[in-house]
Amino acid sequence: MWKWLHPYAKADRAYQLCNTLLPYFAVITVVCMLVGWVWGLAYAPADYQQKDSYRIIFIHVPSAILSMGAYSSMAIAAVIALVWQLRNAELAVIAIAPVGACVTAIALITGAAWGKPMWGAWWVWDARLTSELILLFLYLGVLSLYHAFEDKKAAGRAASILAIVGVINLPIIHFSVEWWNTLHQGATITKFDTKAIDSSMFWPLMVNIVAFAGFVGTVTLMRLKNEILQREKHRPWVRQLLNRG
Amino acid sequence: MLRQHSYWQLFSAVCKKDVQLAFRQRAEIVNPILFFLIVITLFPLAIGPEPGLLARMAPGIIWVAALLSTMLGLDKLFRDDFNDGSLEQLIASSYPLPLTVLGKVVAHWLITGLPLVLMTPLFALLLNLDSQALVATVLTLLLGTPLLSFIGAIGAGLTVGLQKGGILMSLLVLPLYIPVLIFATSAIDTSTMSLDYSGQLAILGAMLVIAIISAPIAISSALKVSVS
Repeated sequence: MWKWLHPYAKADRAYQLCNTLLPYFAVITVVCMLVGWVWGLAYAPADYQQKDSYRIIFIHVPSAILSMGAYSSMAIAAVIALVWQLRNAELAVIAIAPVGACVTAIALITGAAWGKPMWGAWWVWDARLTSELILLFLYLGVLSLYHAFEDKKAAGRAASILAIVGVINLPIIHFSVEWWNTLHQGATITKFDTKAIDSSMFWPLMVNIVAFAGFVGTVTLMRLKNEILQREKHRPWVRQLLNRG
Repeated sequence: MLRQHSYWQLFSAVCKKDVQLAFRQRAEIVNPILFFLIVITLFPLAIGPEPGLLARMAPGIIWVAALLSTMLGLDKLFRDDFNDGSLEQLIASSYPLPLTVLGKVVAHWLITGLPLVLMTPLFALLLNLDSQALVATVLTLLLGTPLLSFIGAIGAGLTVGLQKGGILMSLLVLPLYIPVLIFATSAIDTSTMSLDYSGQLAILGAMLVIAIISAPIAISSALKVSVS
């Protein structure tokens, strides 16, 4: 793995890799998002009970899944940054963090919008909601720690450490919150566990999940490119690139 | 690399120094307790003085107050050593940094956590807790407050190099405190129903053991980032 990874420790190679990957991610995102949204929002059958309002699932569930996914990829980048001392991995941590925070916020907001007509409340202290909210706090912690440091090198390392501490805590938080909730109020709404989803709704949902994954990847790559350029702005290859474009 | 002292001597020296410093400036020990007491006084004023209501809310009140008052001392944990340069010497020394850090965290608990545990009977009286719940509260605080010190020290280590680290540190640390809060309060809740709460205590103990093993490593790498 080291042999494969090693060339990308150099900033310009990493930048090139971002450039090669970016079109693929962008195409996947645009195609899947168009297909998924049109399919999900217009053609998938309406739910027998929730009617058309269930359609927010096609945004809510992908963003919730990606909020966890983005955090774990951020933590993986953080481990790589600390163990192999790759500065590009530190930049990746910072590139992912705001994207992940946004996706988490989308999941929370769409969840609230869905909860109002269905449960009759914007917010319920349900285990899933609570752990998602805490996830948002963890993202914001990483971000604010990074921006508090003047020295961006130390900032990247500190943010990486916090991301790793967070990922160790995340399952503990998740299960403790679940346990806390079930202890206090026995039957809560566990919609996805009790009812398997019909395939006419399942496939557009899958397409939307891929679309969101592509979206997170695209934005992260774009942010990573920017971070690399900013960090390396005094290097000749960046100057060349900027003069050319 | 010359090591003239054993690891135990190092640990106890670091620990003793911090405790001694705290005893020379009494405010460091007294202030968190006073803060705790004032926070607890605020709650009956805010939610009303009915004994039943207070007893119902007491576990939560005591634990939230405990979280906040341990936060108070955390900012000081590495700040003085950082400012006078001795933190740099500790990192540069040939002794393992996690051990030094362990000593400092244990000292922090002795200064801020242990007094809270000892004062709990008084707080329980104020909040109308019965003796069963009092025992549970003391036990959870005994297991939980060192955990708070360990988790909090990670945040303190990350922010010690910053000018305005205090608020940022509480932002980083408080979400990580949530599992402790949940298990501790549920243990006390369970005890008020005269049920067996050893499960919650076991989980708190397990988390404490994990924290003792892994937190010093995280804290020392955080300190290295802050000092470099």
